Amino acid sequence: MTNDILLFVEQRNDQVHPAALQAVTPAKALAAKTGGQVVACLIGDKLDAAVAAVDQMGVDRIVTVSDGALALYSVLRYRAALAEVLAKVQPRVMLLAATFMGRDLGPRVAARCQAALATDVVELSMADDGTLDVRRPVYNGKAFCHVRFPKDRLAIASVRPNAFAAPSGGGGAARETLAYAPAAGDERVTVKEIAKAGGAIKDVTEADIIVSGGRALKNEDNFKILFELASELDAAVGASRAACDAGYQPHSRQVGLTGKTVTPRLYIACGISGAIQHLAGMRGSKVIVAVNSDKEAPIFKLADYGIVGDLFKVVPALTAEVRKLKG
Amino acid sequence: MRVLVVVRQVPDSTTAIKIRPDGQDIDRTGVKMVVNPFDEFAIEQAVQLREKRKDVESVTALIVGPAQAAEALRTALAVGADDGIHLEDPAFDKLDELQTAALIAAAVKAGGYALVVLGKQEIDLDSGQLGPALAELLDVPHVGAAVKLMLADDGKSFTAHRRIEGAEEIVEVVLPAVVTCDKGLCEMRYPSLPNLMKAKKKPVKVLKAADVSGFAETVGALGGTTLHTFQPPPERPPGKMLDGEPEQAAQALVQLLREEAKVI
Ligand SMILES: Cc1cc2nc3c(=O)[nH]c(=O)nc-3n(C[C@H](O)[C@H](O)[C@H](O)COP(=O)(O)OP(=O)(O)OC[C@H]3O[C@@H](n4cnc5c(N)ncnc54)[C@H](O)[C@@H]3O)c2cc1C
Ligand SMILES: Nc1ncnc2c1ncn2[C@@H]1O[C@H](COP(=O)(O)O)[C@@H](O)[C@H]1O
Repeated sequence: MTNDILLFVEQRNDQVHPAALQAVTPAKALAAKTGGQVVACLIGDKLDAAVAAVDQMGVDRIVTVSDGALALYSVLRYRAALAEVLAKVQPRVMLLAATFMGRDLGPRVAARCQAALATDVVELSMADDGTLDVRRPVYNGKAFCHVRFPKDRLAIASVRPNAFAAPSGGGGAARETLAYAPAAGDERVTVKEIAKAGGAIKDVTEADIIVSGGRALKNEDNFKILFELASELDAAVGASRAACDAGYQPHSRQVGLTGKTVTPRLYIACGISGAIQHLAGMRGSKVIVAVNSDKEAPIFKLADYGIVGDLFKVVPALTAEVRKLKG
Repeated sequence: MRVLVVVRQVPDSTTAIKIRPDGQDIDRTGVKMVVNPFDEFAIEQAVQLREKRKDVESVTALIVGPAQAAEALRTALAVGADDGIHLEDPAFDKLDELQTAALIAAAVKAGGYALVVLGKQEIDLDSGQLGPALAELLDVPHVGAAVKLMLADDGKSFTAHRRIEGAEEIVEVVLPAVVTCDKGLCEMRYPSLPNLMKAKKKPVKVLKAADVSGFAETVGALGGTTLHTFQPPPERPPGKMLDGEPEQAAQALVQLLREEAKVI
């Protein structure tokens, strides 16, 4: 084992996932502690733009595994390629982003490489004796706990999106390439197609800002005012289950216990009461804004900023203000 | 083909979480335990396959947990699983997620299951490690967080859909395989009273550590994380309420979001 920190940098179509760049920050902090290097690893086919983006973050080394067979994410191929990189780099710790890909890949690689794993972590620290300790949400964010890693084996942690800010400044990392050696049976999973949902509209799980609407919107047409605000903020539009069940928005936009879990930088809840099942999906948001006509609505207990008022007046006023700000 | 469904018992999602004074766990007194909601989709999926297809011989439900976890196994049997496996031993309590996967892999390796279905994550620890790790240890492919599953007519492969950022991946997988279920795959039926009674007569095999060959070696080879210091979520400072006419409140809010919170 070296003192290096390996970071798996997720990309699709040569575009790096923002959460992977955010994970450079804790990777650097750990490397400062171990005295090792930050080694970024990219797996895919065409990787030039992605490699350039990672180099901007000031990592020490970049290892790429590129092959036509890796153009689309496939768990068996990617886990084999990543295990090869791990064997080569021999890092003390490996980080990846807790995205759909990271959640899928992390446990497989951990099992394959006989490592220990914690998922969705928001804080990492290393004791002087080299023991890694992380903090992560449990019970849907209703509590946090610490996870201590054993000292003698590779530690892997997936990092929650938006828990860290991406660093800046860098360039000139050393480059290395590894060949992809297909393992027998890797073809047992084939990704046939990526079917885009919702066209150009951002998905709640990929947006930094979410404008969400509830039953109070009354119909699909009224959601237009939320889409207008969202477009000014480069945000995604979410919805409560009540709004989805009533057909105002597709269930793919539902946030909550039986919908999606989101951790954006800013969550704006409009006409959402704040039922516990809704909070389950968005309480990890950094800043929460609530607009609701009922000053007793439970959402105000969680909100950082609240406006008691009619969303049909407040939301267009917000859109106008943001527009002014952006000139 | 034989199907295995792996379930877990968790505190009900509406439970108010209180932390024990020593901070080493949550306070479990009086907490209502239920079948992990994501596992409900898995149970229903498995039972539907058995009902719809002649080539699906049986559905076995498996749980790792203390005596009380037998209740969750009963629910799976009442919904339609044929038999159960209960891995119950104090030695299992201390296992982390990867070690639990190793335990289950060791216990079912010889079982000849073509398909293993389970929830995409448990709603207590929210870790989502078990499915993919189990697949790796069984050396079979997996699909994580599937929202759609279509078994091929010849029973040798299936097509699944899984959600990713803003899209769905459509994957083709050769059996044997592991599938972890996201919500929406299919809603679990409510077990009827007669079926709950019948479930009591279905066979459940209780396995101790000594009954699982290779338990110590497999489990000792990986994982080993320990949980400590549970804390409530960080206090959010009391929210600021913005008064006035909509235009004034909106102006104040946008200014605060930019200058104070620095998020826009
Ligand atoms: C097992 C289970 C799972 C669930 N999963 C989810 C989930 O994933 N996601 C989810 O969201 N819910 C979920 N729910 C449902 C949840 O309990 C609530 O019913 C739901 O969140 C309510 O949606 P809402 O806030 O839009 O509607 P309501 O509770 O009806 O709230 C509407 C709010 O709008 C306000 N309002 C009305 N008119 C205006 C106006 N003109 N201007 C401003 N404010 C106005 C009202 O004061 C009220 O607070 C689940 C429930 C169960 C039992
Ligand atoms: N102790 C356990 N016994 C049986 N199944 C489990 C256990 N722990 C986790 N699982 C299953 O694995 C899934 C994912 O769990 P986890 O990897 O712990 O997030 C759950 O939805 C369960 O189906």
